[in-house]
Amino acid sequence: MSNHQNEIKNTAMSFLEVQNVSKIYQAGREHVSAVNGITSQVMQGEFISVTGPSGSGKSTLLSILGGLNHPTEGKLLVDGIDVYELSVEQRADFRREYLGFVFQSFQLIPYLTVAENVLLPLTVSSHSNSEQKEMALSILEKVGLTHKTRRLPDELSGGEQQRVAIARALINQPPIILADEPTGNLDSATSEEIMKLFQALNSEGITMIMVTHNPDNIRYARRCISLRDGKLVN
Amino acid sequence: MKLYNISLNNLYRRRMKVVFLVLGLVIGVSTVVTLMTVSDAMNADIAKKLDEFGANILIVPKSDDLSLSYGGMSISGVSFDVRQLREEDVQKIKSIKNRNNISIVAPKLLNVTKIQRRDVFVVGVDFKQEFRMKKWWSIAGKKPQHGDEALLGAEAKDKLGIGVNQTFEVEGKKFTVAGILAPTGSQDDGIVFIDMKEAQRIFGKPDRLSMIEVAALCYDCPIEEIVRQISEQLPGAKVTAIRQAIESKMEAMHRFQHFSVGISLVVLFIGALIVFTTMTAAVNERTREIGIFRSIGFRQTHIMMIILTEALLTSFLAGLVGYFLGFSVSRFVAPLVIMNGGPEMPFNHQLLIFSIALAVLLGMASSIYPAYKASRLDPIVALKSL
Repeated sequence: MSNHQNEIKNTAMSFLEVQNVSKIYQAGREHVSAVNGITSQVMQGEFISVTGPSGSGKSTLLSILGGLNHPTEGKLLVDGIDVYELSVEQRADFRREYLGFVFQSFQLIPYLTVAENVLLPLTVSSHSNSEQKEMALSILEKVGLTHKTRRLPDELSGGEQQRVAIARALINQPPIILADEPTGNLDSATSEEIMKLFQALNSEGITMIMVTHNPDNIRYARRCISLRDGKLVN
Repeated sequence: MKLYNISLNNLYRRRMKVVFLVLGLVIGVSTVVTLMTVSDAMNADIAKKLDEFGANILIVPKSDDLSLSYGGMSISGVSFDVRQLREEDVQKIKSIKNRNNISIVAPKLLNVTKIQRRDVFVVGVDFKQEFRMKKWWSIAGKKPQHGDEALLGAEAKDKLGIGVNQTFEVEGKKFTVAGILAPTGSQDDGIVFIDMKEAQRIFGKPDRLSMIEVAALCYDCPIEEIVRQISEQLPGAKVTAIRQAIESKMEAMHRFQHFSVGISLVVLFIGALIVFTTMTAAVNERTREIGIFRSIGFRQTHIMMIILTEALLTSFLAGLVGYFLGFSVSRFVAPLVIMNGGPEMPFNHQLLIFSIALAVLLGMASSIYPAYKASRLDPIVALKSL
């Protein structure tokens, strides 16, 4: 995966591109347009915040970018791969290779320890146990949680749980991190810690795309995309 | 960490649900094990009883002549001595390939002779074998111990007007009545039984036999095969399986087996339903978790593997527990059903393997749909936050 980062760093081409993407949901007899004809490009190493009021289509757009939500129309190209042309299983492999997810409510597996949660994406890889252990320790060191590897998620604070979620997103060394309201459940001090961590990761070349309501978070991003009624505002 | 670690951790976390899941299968498997063990014990007991009931193979000389009747069976050569059987034939019978299925070989020499000026059926027998074969014989007096002692059927005693310890002569040889048979309702009531060697000597038929009765232990024994093997050994003899005894035996054996299969199928179906509903409920509870797995790059097949590994582990455990529970229960149930003391029920490793295989098959089959459903969950629906 580090190859992806190196290749992209040396090119001026967009790494992620959405082309006229729309998503229409059916609610009873009505059709609701969540995302409406969005076209945008993201360069490798960018830190983008996606903002907008509730129901503006931010989360839908993020799920489309994450290869989880087939758009009704349009294309998503990542590193030249037409993501929605891939089969369901190929798209799972794509997510594992290219993306790391960070959710608002952390989404940790409650019966797995900190280390096991971090290692989850590697369980379907060919890494040996010792390699996995080494990788987990390295990532946990980065997020400052080496002393809590054997704890269960509910034994951690909100900030610590989000750090575990970030470590899990990073373990496969993906070139893109997608974060959905990553500080939504955290106090302001912890939010700032998390945002600084994101900034540090971005400075290492990881592309960050973050959906947020919080104006304090926007200042960490290099570019801000605003949505309203499923359309790009600026 | 591998996928199976996720399954193991989840099973450990949901211990109570796992207990419920295992119980569902354990009830099914243990019922099957109990019924099969009791069925086997009953079959063995029935077979043993029926084998004790008497002969199931009759060997007579081949003859085209008219025959006398013995117990409804056609006996050739009594009067005509055509290709008669010999003492050595007894050994030949005991040397067949399926000799372990041969329980008793009871040779007989039949003769009609005059005792006290009345025609009487005198049969020379090997008393030891005869008493083993006819366990229902009840004797007033004692069993003949010596060559000059005889056993009289109830009707023969009345006809001849002689009782225990009284004597009578056959062809000039004096015999003492050692015992009188209680009425059996069979041909034995009209017969005078004497020692085989004496019978051969006084009737001038040394080494000769009129017929041989064989009791084969027929619990699953190939009776037709035994008949064929004896026929090969004794080409001059007509070997006949007494079908009535065998068929009634097989019918009794199969009746309980059919009952067991019926009950087992019902209980297994219920067990499968429990597994199915529990696994489906577990999948529904884990929707969010499955969404997380899918979002971080687990394939649909990985999700199925996690669910099916859990099903495999729980059903393996259920098979193991089910066997030992069923085996323990059958040790209590079998003596009550059989009412013949405690039948032997040794540890049956084949049944153990069968129990585990049955539980695994049932558990996996009942979990395939829930696993498939889990793997097809829309990650967006599963992950409400995205």
